[in-house]
Amino acid sequence: MTRQGPLDLSLLPDGGVRWLDASGPNADIVISTRLRLARNLVGYAFTGRARDGERLRMLAQVKEALAHVPILDGSVLLRLDESAQLDRQLLHERHLVSKELAGLDPQHPLRTGAAVFLGEQVGVLVNEEDHLRLQAMRSGFDVPAAFAMASRMDRELGERVPFAFHKEFGFLTACPTNVGTGLRASVLIHLPGLVLTKEIGKVLAGLQQMGLTYRGLYGEGSEVVGNFFQLSNQTTLGRSEEELQDLLVRVVRHVIEREEEARRVLVRDAGYIIEDKLWRAYGTLRFARSLSFEEAMNFLSGVRLGVGLKLIPGLSVYTLNKLLIFAQSAHLAHLEGRALTDSESNLARARYVRQVLATEGSGVE
Amino acid sequence: MLCDHCKERDAVVHLTRIVDNAVTQLHLCEKCAAEKGVETTIALPQHPLGEILQAVQQQATPTSSADAAACSFCGANARDFRATGRLGCAHCYDAMETSLRELLRRLHGSSKHVGRRYEPPRPESLAELDARSELRDKLQRAVDAEQFELAAQLRDKLRVME
Repeated sequence: MTRQGPLDLSLLPDGGVRWLDASGPNADIVISTRLRLARNLVGYAFTGRARDGERLRMLAQVKEALAHVPILDGSVLLRLDESAQLDRQLLHERHLVSKELAGLDPQHPLRTGAAVFLGEQVGVLVNEEDHLRLQAMRSGFDVPAAFAMASRMDRELGERVPFAFHKEFGFLTACPTNVGTGLRASVLIHLPGLVLTKEIGKVLAGLQQMGLTYRGLYGEGSEVVGNFFQLSNQTTLGRSEEELQDLLVRVVRHVIEREEEARRVLVRDAGYIIEDKLWRAYGTLRFARSLSFEEAMNFLSGVRLGVGLKLIPGLSVYTLNKLLIFAQSAHLAHLEGRALTDSESNLARARYVRQVLATEGSGVE
Repeated sequence: MLCDHCKERDAVVHLTRIVDNAVTQLHLCEKCAAEKGVETTIALPQHPLGEILQAVQQQATPTSSADAAACSFCGANARDFRATGRLGCAHCYDAMETSLRELLRRLHGSSKHVGRRYEPPRPESLAELDARSELRDKLQRAVDAEQFELAAQLRDKLRVME
């Protein structure tokens, strides 16, 4: 099914954001786990070099094959190359498509044939840097479940279309940094304790030595806001899929322990200062009339820490996750039904956050 | 900010280098950068692989004629790779095998895939898969229509195939 015109979110299974529901392991610290496998089809130049016609033929071949792939049964095809910018931005804010695929990256204009198939907690990005990015998202820290889903997509689709595979180098990708397994496992993790205790530099340096890398909220090239980091494996070749997952799981588990330790230190050494700071963050979100995205993310980070430390009762992690996604510009524009200027967006953001906290917020005020 | 080298002109090239875990920063003007062999922004590859690619390619393809050798499938050559940091197609891996092997070793610490092995589907096995899924569809329709005799026949056919 190919849709055109304004984006109807009701078409997406779970709006594409079931991973926000905070049902997964360690959901207060790890928002989500994502696993993606980069694959290319035999017979076409890689996306960056392919001509428009080639990309469209490849998309058609994949579309036909996906009709026989059970794990993507009932998935929705969204043609990004035929979508308005606001809709593409909205999908990007939901972490369903990359900035490059959505044509939001000035270095990579929107490509003919750019599309995404979205199923339940799984997606296939078509004509990204690689022909296919098979992607699975899970709530909390759950690498095995995300891998199981991505790997099932890989097997089922790989029986239907020929992937480019080299005996020595493994699965071939446009960028040599992804070759081999094509596997990138990442967690979106909230580390305010390590930032406040100034331990974060050491931790990030340590994980780079272990073969992991970190990025901001939206992955490659994005900045760190609200103390949210994306941690993922750096290399994809020379280690098996299982070894790569084990490495990430081991290191992230260690990072979670360090974060918990930092939080204990904060409460022990600066109890009332921290408590005051976090309630001030809550107060601002609850009553402010204008909020920039960055401000909102920083205050949300404080409130999230308050909830994690059980200093702010009655507020669910799910509500916080929802605010993280739905208080972004394209979502607010979608909610208001029109494009917004920056200052209109700040007003709409404050209004939305106030309203959510009034109904789902802490009863203690 | 003045150039670290000539201390005369404004620094426009900012190099961050990590050697043995020590981070050093070098700020150079365009002229000194060119003299030191650092390509300036315009010529600098627009991707983080830049430096490492440069090093490997200079080693592996010292002559410009080797740079010009193009992949027979997509026409991309080593120069395109250096400019974009992306290979043109799967065949480029064969066309640039030697220099890529070295690059992969530097990037990943290994050039040997040890993960999942994969055999692309052969056309005949695809035809068989299609036949099977067609049978499965027919079976489903027969069950829905309560044509149980037909359903049983189809099920037996499927069993033979699977």
